[in-house]
Amino acid sequence: MARHVTTQRRAINSAAAWTVALMLFFPILWTVLTSFKPEAQAVASPPIFLGFDWTLQNYVDVNEQRDYFRYFVNSVIIALGSTALGLVLAIPAAWSMAFVPGRKTKDLLMWMLSTKMMPAVGVLVPIYLLFKTLGLLDTRVGLVVVLTLMNLPIIVWMLYTYFKEIPGEILEAARMDGATLKSEILYVLTPMAVPGIASTVLLNIILAWNEAFWTINLTVTDAAPLTKFISGFSSPQGLFYAKLSAASTMAIAPILIMGWFSQKQLVRGLTFGAVK
Amino acid sequence: MATQSSRKAARAMLSPTVILLLVWMIVPLAMTLWFSLQRYNLLYPDRTGFNDFGNYTRFVLSPAFGGAVVNTLVLVVGVLAITVILGILIALLIDQPIWGQGIVRILVISPFFIMPPVAALIWKNMFMNPTNGLFAEAAKFIGLSPYDFLGNAPLASIILIVAWQWLPFATLILLTALQSLSSEELEAAEMDGAGPVSRFWYIMLPHLARAITVVVLIQTIFLLGIFGEILVTTNGGPGTSSTTLPYLIYKEALLDFDVGTAAAGGVVAVILANIVAFFLMRAIGKNLDA
Repeated sequence: MARHVTTQRRAINSAAAWTVALMLFFPILWTVLTSFKPEAQAVASPPIFLGFDWTLQNYVDVNEQRDYFRYFVNSVIIALGSTALGLVLAIPAAWSMAFVPGRKTKDLLMWMLSTKMMPAVGVLVPIYLLFKTLGLLDTRVGLVVVLTLMNLPIIVWMLYTYFKEIPGEILEAARMDGATLKSEILYVLTPMAVPGIASTVLLNIILAWNEAFWTINLTVTDAAPLTKFISGFSSPQGLFYAKLSAASTMAIAPILIMGWFSQKQLVRGLTFGAVK
Repeated sequence: MATQSSRKAARAMLSPTVILLLVWMIVPLAMTLWFSLQRYNLLYPDRTGFNDFGNYTRFVLSPAFGGAVVNTLVLVVGVLAITVILGILIALLIDQPIWGQGIVRILVISPFFIMPPVAALIWKNMFMNPTNGLFAEAAKFIGLSPYDFLGNAPLASIILIVAWQWLPFATLILLTALQSLSSEELEAAEMDGAGPVSRFWYIMLPHLARAITVVVLIQTIFLLGIFGEILVTTNGGPGTSSTTLPYLIYKEALLDFDVGTAAAGGVVAVILANIVAFFLMRAIGKNLDA
């Protein structure tokens, strides 16, 4: 809303908004700051805000003593793997629902969404036992499959709402010119849908990266991603705030930055197009 | 427009997704139902066979169940109340003409991207810890004795942590809805002499109704499954004072190895979630045509 306000009003509003924003952001800022402190200064009383002996030692320690990098690689593989697999399945599905809608399309979309509503604990036992039987426990393949299925409805929905906005006449024109279905999707639709696909990818990577139920319960060490790694800090061991902060900072930084770029699309993805 | 062949192709492209989701939905659910009627404890492999509804009565009548249902409801309702009310206020504030709106937005939305175990551990250790936490330092500074948040008020502390994570979501959606409100409508009301309160009450709030519904329903779905935060902060304790339904089922299944009872609990959780889902689907379905 572009309403005219006095400079004074604007200053008061700005001050209030910035205060709220900084308060909400403070725990993240504090974690990043603590990650650069020596352990002793991390628990200093009164707390030291900036005037501590800045060090990178915690990052070195977390990498060397706790094998951080292996967990990071697992997180990357699981997030990218499940997103890629999800796209391969969802692009054709969303295409067909957006451009060749049938009488049942709406019901089908609603049904896909309803699979999201199933609480994970409700199926923890059978999935755990199935994974055990199939030898998928603590494997990256297993996690990729579970996270793909978990997020597939969201990917289909998001792509569907983006595809819907592409005028069907363009596809018809391509068809008239003799384009096959494959080339229609590859050369006409996909380039036009790139922004939509990109934000779908971003949201899905964020969701997969932060997923903390299946990734914790279905892994032990080999396939364990960062969620599991961080959970390992839940029982304190001597002075560990600075190391916890360093590990946390590394775990959240990539996703935080991606989140900043995708925040506008986030609304659409997470509300299944109900709020734009 | 759609020819016979394109229909066939469309079906072919749709079916892998549909079949996979169907399998993903039906197979585990059927297994849960089956296990829930069986004697099945990994510690006692010789005890097998039908248990009729024994697992259900065992789960529902266990002393922890009633508390877990109450805790789950308190958690969901508490977080919803905080996030919706503060979300509306913050959205109204950010929607005003302010300097650096883009950066404010980014700062406000940030907690949403923090993975749950990280959020929980940061709060548990660096803020709520009674000896080294910042809250304890603040209490000492103003002359109060430090408070053991997770020890004395575990559920309220978890609500605070989870609300911090979900407030950005509520704010962002409400802000998006607010920005789609036409300024003419507000200006007209202003000209007619409507004050800020009545402008909010009679114009903004009705406009936000749909967004609020969506926030409440989607958050409920996620909040009913809150798990990681409890696992790393309180382990459901002290005692069972912060044990929710998902955590109770997790405990039965992976800590007590009682597959049958955990499965019965799973069925109960599915039923509860479906009641919520029913209303959510109706709200979203209505918007689908628009």
